[in-house]
Amino acid sequence: MPKRTDLRKILVVGSGPIVIGQACEFDYSGTQGAKALAAEGYEVVLVNSNPATIMTDPGLAGRTYVEPLEPATLTRILERERPDAMLPTLGGQTALNLALAVEHDGTLARLGVELIGASPAAIRKAEDRQLFKDAMAKIGLECPRSGHAHSVAEARAIVEETGYPAILRPSFTLGGSGGDIVYRPEDFDTKVAWALAQSPTHEVLVEESVLGWKEYELEVIRDKADNFIVVCSIENLDPMGVHTGDSITVAPAMTLTDREYQRLRDASRAIMSEIGVETGGSNVQFAVDPKTGRFIVIEMNPRVSRSSALASKATGYPIAKIAAKLAVGYTLDELQNDITQTSAAFEPTIDYVVVKWPRFAFEKFPGAEPRLGTQMKSVGEAMAIAATFPEALQKAARSLETGRDGLVSLLGRVDYVELAATPAHARDLVMEAPPEPSARAPHPERSPAELRAALEKLVQIATPDRLFYVADAMRAPVAMSDDELYRLTAIDPWFLAQIRRIVDAEARLSLEPGALRDAKRLGFSDEQIAAGAGTTAALVRRARDDAKLAPVYRRVDTCAAEFVAHTPYLYSTWESDSESAPSDKKKVLILGGGPNRIGQGIEFDYCCVHAAFALREMGLETVMVNCNPETVSTDYDTSDRLYFEPLTFESTLAICEEEAKSGQLLGVIVQLGGQTPLKLAVPLAAAGIPLLGTSADAIDRAEDRGRFDALLSKLGMRRPRGGTARGVAEAFRVARELGYPVLVRPSYVLGGRAMMICHSDDDLEAYVALAVEAAREAGTQTILVDEYLRDAIEVDVDSLSDGHRVVIGGVMQHIEEAGVHSGDSTSVLPPHSLPAPVIAAIEEQTRQIALELGVVGLMNVQFAVKGDAVFVLEVNPRASRTVPFVSKASGRPLAKIAAALMAGKTLDELGIDDLPPPRHVAVKESVFPFAKFPGVDTMLGPEMRSTGEVMGISTTFARAFGKSLLASGVHLPRSGRAFVSVKDDDKSAACVVARRLSALGFQIVATAGTAAALERARIPAEIARKVGDGSPHIVDSMRGGEIALVVNTTVGAKAIRDSYSLRRQALLANIPYFTTMSAALAAVEVMEVSADSGGDAGDDVRSLQEWHAD
Amino acid sequence: MSGERAHLALADGTTFEGVAWGATGDAVGEVVFTTGMTGYEEVLTDPSYCGQIVTMTAPQIGNTGVNLDDAESVSGKPQVAGFLVRDASGCASNWRATETLDAYLARHGVVALSGIDTRRLTRHLRDHGSQNGALGTGDPAALVRRARAAPSMAGLDLVSRVTPKDAYAFTESRGAWGVGPSKPAERHVVAIDLGLKRHILRCLVDAGCKVTAVPASTSAEAILALRPDGVFVSNGPGDPAAVTYAIDTVRALLGKTPLFGICLGHQLLALALGGQTYKLKFGHRGVNQPVKDLATGRVEITTQNHGFAVDVASLAGRAETTHVHLNDATSEGLAAPALRAFSVQYHPEAAAGPHDALYLFDRFTALIDEARGASRA
Repeated sequence: MPKRTDLRKILVVGSGPIVIGQACEFDYSGTQGAKALAAEGYEVVLVNSNPATIMTDPGLAGRTYVEPLEPATLTRILERERPDAMLPTLGGQTALNLALAVEHDGTLARLGVELIGASPAAIRKAEDRQLFKDAMAKIGLECPRSGHAHSVAEARAIVEETGYPAILRPSFTLGGSGGDIVYRPEDFDTKVAWALAQSPTHEVLVEESVLGWKEYELEVIRDKADNFIVVCSIENLDPMGVHTGDSITVAPAMTLTDREYQRLRDASRAIMSEIGVETGGSNVQFAVDPKTGRFIVIEMNPRVSRSSALASKATGYPIAKIAAKLAVGYTLDELQNDITQTSAAFEPTIDYVVVKWPRFAFEKFPGAEPRLGTQMKSVGEAMAIAATFPEALQKAARSLETGRDGLVSLLGRVDYVELAATPAHARDLVMEAPPEPSARAPHPERSPAELRAALEKLVQIATPDRLFYVADAMRAPVAMSDDELYRLTAIDPWFLAQIRRIVDAEARLSLEPGALRDAKRLGFSDEQIAAGAGTTAALVRRARDDAKLAPVYRRVDTCAAEFVAHTPYLYSTWESDSESAPSDKKKVLILGGGPNRIGQGIEFDYCCVHAAFALREMGLETVMVNCNPETVSTDYDTSDRLYFEPLTFESTLAICEEEAKSGQLLGVIVQLGGQTPLKLAVPLAAAGIPLLGTSADAIDRAEDRGRFDALLSKLGMRRPRGGTARGVAEAFRVARELGYPVLVRPSYVLGGRAMMICHSDDDLEAYVALAVEAAREAGTQTILVDEYLRDAIEVDVDSLSDGHRVVIGGVMQHIEEAGVHSGDSTSVLPPHSLPAPVIAAIEEQTRQIALELGVVGLMNVQFAVKGDAVFVLEVNPRASRTVPFVSKASGRPLAKIAAALMAGKTLDELGIDDLPPPRHVAVKESVFPFAKFPGVDTMLGPEMRSTGEVMGISTTFARAFGKSLLASGVHLPRSGRAFVSVKDDDKSAACVVARRLSALGFQIVATAGTAAALERARIPAEIARKVGDGSPHIVDSMRGGEIALVVNTTVGAKAIRDSYSLRRQALLANIPYFTTMSAALAAVEVMEVSADSGGDAGDDVRSLQEWHAD
Repeated sequence: MSGERAHLALADGTTFEGVAWGATGDAVGEVVFTTGMTGYEEVLTDPSYCGQIVTMTAPQIGNTGVNLDDAESVSGKPQVAGFLVRDASGCASNWRATETLDAYLARHGVVALSGIDTRRLTRHLRDHGSQNGALGTGDPAALVRRARAAPSMAGLDLVSRVTPKDAYAFTESRGAWGVGPSKPAERHVVAIDLGLKRHILRCLVDAGCKVTAVPASTSAEAILALRPDGVFVSNGPGDPAAVTYAIDTVRALLGKTPLFGICLGHQLLALALGGQTYKLKFGHRGVNQPVKDLATGRVEITTQNHGFAVDVASLAGRAETTHVHLNDATSEGLAAPALRAFSVQYHPEAAAGPHDALYLFDRFTALIDEARGASRA
């Protein structure tokens, strides 16, 4: 059955901004799907609000809409484009929910649009827990006992049947938002209430617990001829109870007999048939009782998922591409496996072990309990491939870039006794501000018995570092046996035995050739071996060279070497021959960004992918190195060659050496993948590896404080006064010299890690030790202390240079004042309120800096503007987070041009000149994971905490900002009561906001101080009691649904703490809130425009292709 | 001794280093690889692997220890000549496990190697073909000589080594591991045991058959004297063309009773019909082999373990092709409807492997029922 010819135009829906539970894996799947459909000759229309995606590249689809993913906007796009079909199964839960919404309201029927990939009935049957349970019962499969509740009382009746611990799963939420485990009846009511509030349908499933059972996932595909394959089985190392996105997972399943495995396969097949998934990929999750082998079905997703991206990378089988082709009518036997050029209708088999390890960001969210449960918390993941589990596990550990080189010991670095003594707060249920973070003091010597007791307690709790604790429990002076650990953790004994192999091997680390080989085969890095053998990594490397011990590279081939692999998708291991077969071509190595984390996400992957495209167009061979399975860069289709490897010095140098064996390695690109590859610039250069583009010295000139100051002095540019400090005492000296407030941050870190504004000695006292610690983790001693410019406007510039000429890519004005991290602020391109001479001065300074540094490629500069004065805040001679946004807004692919420049082209040769400012306006809005971190303050600050971004593009600033708010999930109210409570400095601005809100028909509610200011400006305001004044107070009103909008600015640690509950409640009740006056003013402007245009600011949907044609 | 340095030597002189595992000693046989990620126990005990040194491409083996019920040989004993793995598990983790794989191999005298580069070996066999090899702790050069001295698989009758001495009745069902309920035993099937897998008989029992297994040398007359409703021709090791006595038996049975063959049984049916077989370069061994049913167009993911294949052209229309391999278009299924005989090259009973082709057992009982209906009419 060949492809359908009755379809001509297909709309593909993306997944929107990167949020926890829905990351760039959907850019990978959407990109693959869109490419596959275009290659089949279909006209593709793409919709996604996230500008940092490859899928929204204008070249990938006929029409690309960067518009809010919500039903009204989608309807307008459908009306405009009139596609024959819509494919929602590649865009995660967001796309699936959106598809159901436009199906339910009759839009699809009205416009004659067919849903392909999964039918609405199949989606409902899989997503609605009761329908799913009924379907499973029909085919004789067990689910956990459970019931749906719409109220606390209903939930109580159900838990009588299902018992404790009870699992709560709110319906229709992303990544299990609001899900929880209740161990004690006394916590039940509050947790159920929270879960109900999270569900858009106000529904929660109360479920029997299968804690401690083994958890498995099968990634499966079915076509319309009922052909069915399992692409990959995945086993969770963490037993049931931890969200699969937060679990360390292993492929293939390691601890099932064939009989047990085939039962799961049979069940998956029956489930696909019963649910009715006929044209695509799905994911089925099971729990298996380790004591009896009994299994139950947990859930299934009738779409590609995070796990299918992982399965695709783990096996080489491109699930999304195949799923897209099945959706347009092909059957599996008609499709080919690209890697082996044999049939796609087979089950991949692998001859290596894959480990995925999630990356967490709890350090960014003081107050959040670092505990894992049914709600996903991780912000990214790294994957490692190796011959065996211990080797893959250690590779995965160091791929995470958390400063750990493998499964290292934390004994002596972590005070387990203190850690175990810290009581577990149920922070989600209190409305108190989180405690102040404090640096850890050196801990006292602990007795073996104390340590053992602490570890016994800690290994039972699922936390990000639990596996390290388990290994330390094996290392401790009074060590735990595998049996004891199994009893405490329910981690399968086979995994415990593998971890013990690593621990046991530590005692044998030495430079003797046999020992070196054994250690390497268990995944030890040179650094780890050096630490164990009491020497240096360089000497380990020399010993390895003497013993002729180097990694070999093996191919991921879907078939365990049964057939020849035609794609160089490689991983390293320690074996007897290499399959890398480097070509004799001229080649460039591109170092990717590693696991997603806050501050380093999809934006950098976008840049790396563009570099690969550009260099390939220039006829150069591209070699990608990365370890993030969610990304487009790790698709074997993206570059000519792919190394799925950790981004450490040892592994990247080894790849350079391997590639240099044949052909000519022109150099390595380090400036596109964010801080991860940038950190490798100096060591790689020192090892004699050529860097393409900006030199390591120029990078150092921008990063090193002293040299940077000298650079700006030489150019006669201003910057906030500041100094460097090595240690706490120096920090105080610098701060007092400068005068408060000061901005304190560690050198060489990204995303504003441990950056804070200190208003007093007390503030500095509280925070400085944390900055010192963060600096140490980043491998430096230095912290930076700067004058903080109050009420300055922050500006970001991305520019291109060939070393002789500079072209401005884009100038962005931030809506929030300087002091809010640039990654968290709202950016407007072109600037909406800066005078032309200021913009000209900014552009000129950018050019001078780029030329002085000798930048070849991209450079980002951050400025602060106060009045007419322009200050240089920071220079980053590398790709910045805003490169994709600027590219999408301007229509100019900055990263591609940068790659060509780095490969030796000039701007003249490429014909690149400054563009006139666009006539449209684009706004980048950030998206935050606060709802996933109960107990965390939502106040914006210098430490970046957003996970993703959306773009709004329109004819005016207000319309574009309105779109960006809508795309980020903020629905501005049209009427109601607006609560305003601001710090003294903001009182006059608050009067402006309040007056305009009044004019729009809002009633103003304010705290006493703000109300007094408003009264003086003759603006009527109702006075609300502060929380500290007792009930009924403002938070009660918010909880009661009486407040439609919140404007709240605060200064000083105490005031921030006092107003915490207000911001948290606004988040919980989904009330739009603004914590800066500038954002509030901009939002008022949006509401005014919306009111003028009949309540609709988003009626101007247009594709990027049309905007850019202007 | 376990842990001692040991080698695998191929007849072409290539050697691979590992450490001894399982039983002490040396082993000689044809070196083959199988790509299944689950089911090492089923592989070890499958009599079709008799005379072969089997390489698991899946790197970590032994994880679930030994679960005695999963053995595929009727005796329950391992059948391979030797066993090669990248990483042997010392831990047996399963609720049914009774011992570690190491202990089991040692107990049954199976010589094994761990730590060898199984992927390089697999690529070598893929590129240069399956060939004889020897493994042991001795001098690699001596092992090469032993490998070269071993007889070639082509022309080798290994069935005589694994077929039972006496006939036996088989009544075991798949029990809790079955798919769907067991049907009442309303038909009598004689299974010619050429080294059969226990799960085939269990599937026949579950499909509603009373099973009598007989030795390979049993004549057609003796089989017919048992008054079977149908005859099953089993899988087994070695070169099908060398098992001339079984070919004669199948030829004599054709048309007299419904007949179903699996694997070696498929090849023997082709030979009995006047066709030919040939040796594949490295065979099909694994649980992910795609086969297309030409009647329905559907793809089955199948378990396979064979080094020889049927030359369809040589049959010159004496049987129709019902199934083909999607990767290399080799013969996977034959039917001679007039003779009420059909066969498949792959293993519908799976064990290890997917259950996509279990319908063939029902097809066999339907054929039997049809024949009985016809003879009554």
